[in-house]
Amino acid sequence: MVAGDIEFSTELQAYIDEWCKKEGGLVMMLHRIQHEFGYIPRAAAEKLSRISGIPLAKIYGVITFYHFFKTTKPGKHRIAVCMGTACYLKGGQDLLEETRSILSIEPDEVTDDGLFSIDEVRCLGCCGLAPVMMIDDEVHGKLAKEQLPDIIAKYRAL
Amino acid sequence: MAYKNFILVCGGTACESSHSEEIYRNLIKEAEALGVSRDVQVVKTGCFGFCEKGPIVKVLPSESFYVEVKPEDAHEIIAEQVVKGREVTRLLYRKDKKSDTAKLEDIEFYQKQFRIVLRNCGVINPESIDEYIARDGYKALEKALFEMAPEEIIAEVKASGLRGRGGAGFPTGLKWEAARKSPGDVKYIVCNADEGDPGAYMDRSTIEGDPHSILEAMVIAGRAVGANFGYIYIRAEYPLAIERLKIAIAQAKEYGLLGKDILGSGFDFDIEIRLGAGAFVCGEETALLQSIEGKRGMPRPKPPFPAVKGLWGKPTVINNVETLANIPVVLTRGAQWFAAIGTEKSKGTKVFALTGKINNSGLIEVPMGTTLREIIFDIGGGIKGGRKFKGVQTGGPSGGIIVEKDLDTPISYESLTALGSMMGSGGMIVMSEDDCVVDVSKFYMAFCVDESCGKCAPCRIGTKQMYGLLDKISKGQGEEADLDKLEQIGRAMTKASLCMLGGSAANPTLSTLRHFRAEYLEHIRDKKCRAGKCKDLVVYEIDPAKCIGCGLCARRCPVPCITGEKKKPHVIDGSKCIKCGECYTACKFGAVIKR
Repeated sequence: MVAGDIEFSTELQAYIDEWCKKEGGLVMMLHRIQHEFGYIPRAAAEKLSRISGIPLAKIYGVITFYHFFKTTKPGKHRIAVCMGTACYLKGGQDLLEETRSILSIEPDEVTDDGLFSIDEVRCLGCCGLAPVMMIDDEVHGKLAKEQLPDIIAKYRAL
Repeated sequence: MAYKNFILVCGGTACESSHSEEIYRNLIKEAEALGVSRDVQVVKTGCFGFCEKGPIVKVLPSESFYVEVKPEDAHEIIAEQVVKGREVTRLLYRKDKKSDTAKLEDIEFYQKQFRIVLRNCGVINPESIDEYIARDGYKALEKALFEMAPEEIIAEVKASGLRGRGGAGFPTGLKWEAARKSPGDVKYIVCNADEGDPGAYMDRSTIEGDPHSILEAMVIAGRAVGANFGYIYIRAEYPLAIERLKIAIAQAKEYGLLGKDILGSGFDFDIEIRLGAGAFVCGEETALLQSIEGKRGMPRPKPPFPAVKGLWGKPTVINNVETLANIPVVLTRGAQWFAAIGTEKSKGTKVFALTGKINNSGLIEVPMGTTLREIIFDIGGGIKGGRKFKGVQTGGPSGGIIVEKDLDTPISYESLTALGSMMGSGGMIVMSEDDCVVDVSKFYMAFCVDESCGKCAPCRIGTKQMYGLLDKISKGQGEEADLDKLEQIGRAMTKASLCMLGGSAANPTLSTLRHFRAEYLEHIRDKKCRAGKCKDLVVYEIDPAKCIGCGLCARRCPVPCITGEKKKPHVIDGSKCIKCGECYTACKFGAVIKR
């Protein structure tokens, strides 16, 4: 495979063309790429480097600095367990461990069937509902670890 | 057409995640089904603050305050209240089951609050510029453009005594003045909405509930400083807030309140949104600027301060969301009015995200000078489950713990710093006797290890070393000399770090060491964690006098390490126990003891 051999959608291409011209647009372009692929594939970073003229090393420097950017493909359903202080005090760690044990994966890993991945995140901003986890875009609040098998089973069936 | 009723549905993140969107849709659907669409307007508002009791629905003009509403309650609200004019009493707020129902102004949670920043949250539809304007929105901008010279705006902000709400408390007027006086024809206004403190969501709620107040304030700041462009740097983790900002920017442009020649004044100002990407250090001014420039967000030494040399080397004012939200009010109500609120040196109000082991979790705004006791016990309703209060952490991973004896201190920037904590951005986390100070300090230190950018050695190495020591202590392997080491490294980090992340990373540990040294020593000498949080130190045992031999614990045990005959006391084999606590939660007779 040639370096940077990856298809960008017309929207993504247009976005990159626009932000390439602006000063300091790298972070914004990376956000858009991750939005399209769910992570930042190496080929996409290479292609971005070719289009923008920003050295690949600099692009990777930025990707790896920020927690939000992922370099590996996440599962179909992304489970974000909140480890903000309020959730931690109310048992966020237990939720994380239970999720790990149900799925037999560590944070940032993907289950063999590609269905689930776990992220440890800092504060989803729903502290009133602590402890919380977010699966895809849905927030589950005031959770007890006993509820997790059912919740995960629901997503497995989707 | 006049509506008979208005139904306000909370559209804050916490309420949305408990299905307020569905409640909103159901209310509209029900109103149509029952043929009363013309009598009622359903509005989705910003955060009401009382997140503990969400989702919240308020009906006007009767001021009915409904809590913990479910989507299926929509029918009853429309059928009873709108059609028949009767309140749905079962949904009204009550302090407890026996208490009478209460209106918003009678609820303890709201009584000591005073809303300036959150003035429109839970009142207007954040996606409607007209509703913002109807509440005196953009009036301050008009005043700033046509009635005041830039110097007068700055003088007014200075006179108000408003200080930075991001945590450091630098006087806002002085910041603006410095940027105005800095030479250069290109200047920038930056709104810092990179709320990184875990356990805090003040800025998120302010933007979600009242985005126009931020835009208005930024244009005013631009006019005062002589800047024509602004950036809002916001966390990518806040999709709803970003969406509402985008809507607000488009509306403001359409109304001529943003863009070229604002309201025909000849003044141009435009705003662009830039997304953060999950780096706590980007809350630091100079790191934030690097990030907007598309680089790794690493801080640089100050001076030069951003007001002199900021974004792309140009003079830049960086203000926090909450600081900006105060600006329109300062101009419309006047500096004198604003300065009358609060304490001698800390004026106005402060928004806090009150969370942790507290009965009424939520978003609150109180005048400076309110005491912590009032916040925790009156507004917050005390500790959950009747447990004993242990401490309250302000300032998140950069702050410290404040204990019982200091609870009557009136809140101000100075008083909290004197207590070894700080104002911070507004996270306020309440801990009870069930929380362990070693565990919490370790949690905060792990956060700082993760978030240290690595540029300066004191922070990069210091956080890691302190974490190692705390981890050792939490596992019962600590030595008494470790406590001195913690203090020594902590002091060095505080003095030598490049930015405030490292400069304050030791605060949680140092402050807990000061107040709870005995608990650290218990972990070290007695290998005991009194809160039962440090797993390696916890021992589970079965009290033979209480055990009836039902066998439930043995069935739940994943190892398994619990044995015993039916109807006879069981035993836990401590050498195999993984301390998961399953038996402890499973036992219905309190026979499993945690030591």
